[in-house]
Amino acid sequence: MPPIQDQDSRPLLLRGPSLGLRLAVFALLSVVLMVADQRQQYMPVVRSALAAAAYPLVWLVDAPFAAFATAREALRTRAALEAENARLEADNLALSLKLMRFYALEKENTRLRAARAGSARVAERFVVAEILSVDLDPFRQRVLVDKGSSDGVHVAQAALDARGIFGQVTRVGPVTAEIIMISDPDHSIPVQVNRTGVRTIAVGTGRPAELRLPYLPRNADVEAGDLIVTSGLGGVFPPGYPVATVARIRRDPAEPLLAVDAVPTAELDRDPEILLVWFDNRIVEPAQEAAAVPAAAAEPPAAPVGGD
Amino acid sequence: MPRPRRYSWLRILLLVLAALVATVVPLPDLLEPARPNFVALTVLWLCLASLRATGLAVAWGAGLAEDALHGMLLGQHALALVVIAYIALKLRFRIRVFPALHQSTVVLGLLALHEFILFWIDGLSGHALTGWSRWLGVVVGAACWPLVSALYGRLALRP
Repeated sequence: MPPIQDQDSRPLLLRGPSLGLRLAVFALLSVVLMVADQRQQYMPVVRSALAAAAYPLVWLVDAPFAAFATAREALRTRAALEAENARLEADNLALSLKLMRFYALEKENTRLRAARAGSARVAERFVVAEILSVDLDPFRQRVLVDKGSSDGVHVAQAALDARGIFGQVTRVGPVTAEIIMISDPDHSIPVQVNRTGVRTIAVGTGRPAELRLPYLPRNADVEAGDLIVTSGLGGVFPPGYPVATVARIRRDPAEPLLAVDAVPTAELDRDPEILLVWFDNRIVEPAQEAAAVPAAAAEPPAAPVGGD
Repeated sequence: MPRPRRYSWLRILLLVLAALVATVVPLPDLLEPARPNFVALTVLWLCLASLRATGLAVAWGAGLAEDALHGMLLGQHALALVVIAYIALKLRFRIRVFPALHQSTVVLGLLALHEFILFWIDGLSGHALTGWSRWLGVVVGAACWPLVSALYGRLALRP
């Protein structure tokens, strides 16, 4: 190997401050940034600006996948479209049938809740957000979607798909938002067993098809196949939406708690788009109960209950 | 390793941007944990092959961009990259004359240090990931080094 002779005769490393000093300055700068970011005092503004700056790159990565999806959509055959149309019509019929009963139940539920001065807390408004084809981190369950603060998206907003709870918003940029899925190891969601009403917490595992319920006592009434729904505690998620179904229960006589594995109902790793929802998450104080009774009494069917 | 030269800022910027894109392009689930950190590889290559004594600034900027892009703790990748860039710059005259396999071992060490700093900061900020799979990318990255080095040499030598 011949010795390397630089053609440029200027000194390499001795212009300006020394390498060690520059390392110290940059390292210090990084540490300051990390501490500031961890404390989250001034950083949301900076974060939002950085997310905006990163958007062109995200767009660049996502564009070919989006274009491919559009092209596939445009090139579908008539037969495939007809088959899909038939399927959707059948689905629609089935859903309409369910909805008929649902309207009646919702009315009744609202009446009962009004009588108890509780707010119904169902999702009121939603926006459809598309998941961008960008891999943020293989070891964390996070995705980037194409809606941001310009669409009114805010931090700690619930995200759903057609089958259940998907996750919540952790960071918002002007046109993008980062969503942490319920399966992220850093994420926990307050839930209850739909059949029995037992409340607990579901924790992510890092795998999209698995949640854990580590805080159920050994005598808790839970069975494989039970539906787990949101309990609405904490105010981030609207209550009563499906989260997971219980897959396995391991009862170890030596452990005071059950080891329960559940499978999320939302298709966390396959969804092309999700719903970001707004709902009324007022926590009802007992003191409001008295004030709300006259309002409930104004509605004729609720009067007997309200006067009770 | 090609003869070191003074690369234009535009070329450095394009290399770093391409590396950033390579870190977020979707891969099949099976391959994802094995994705090498292309930004670290690019920064190392620039430190060894570029005559500009600006490796640290480039490393810090690239790290910050990576943090912003991935939504990580701001400054995490920046710190890790600055540290390995410093070592690479210190040892550049020695590393440059190593044969390819020997270079790969040095790169393996530097990438492992990079990953360890990230791992350490993850733990400090309360998002510890203790699985072994995160170290897979380090090994794959070091194995890719001769390829990356040759590819960048080709690309960069083009006028």
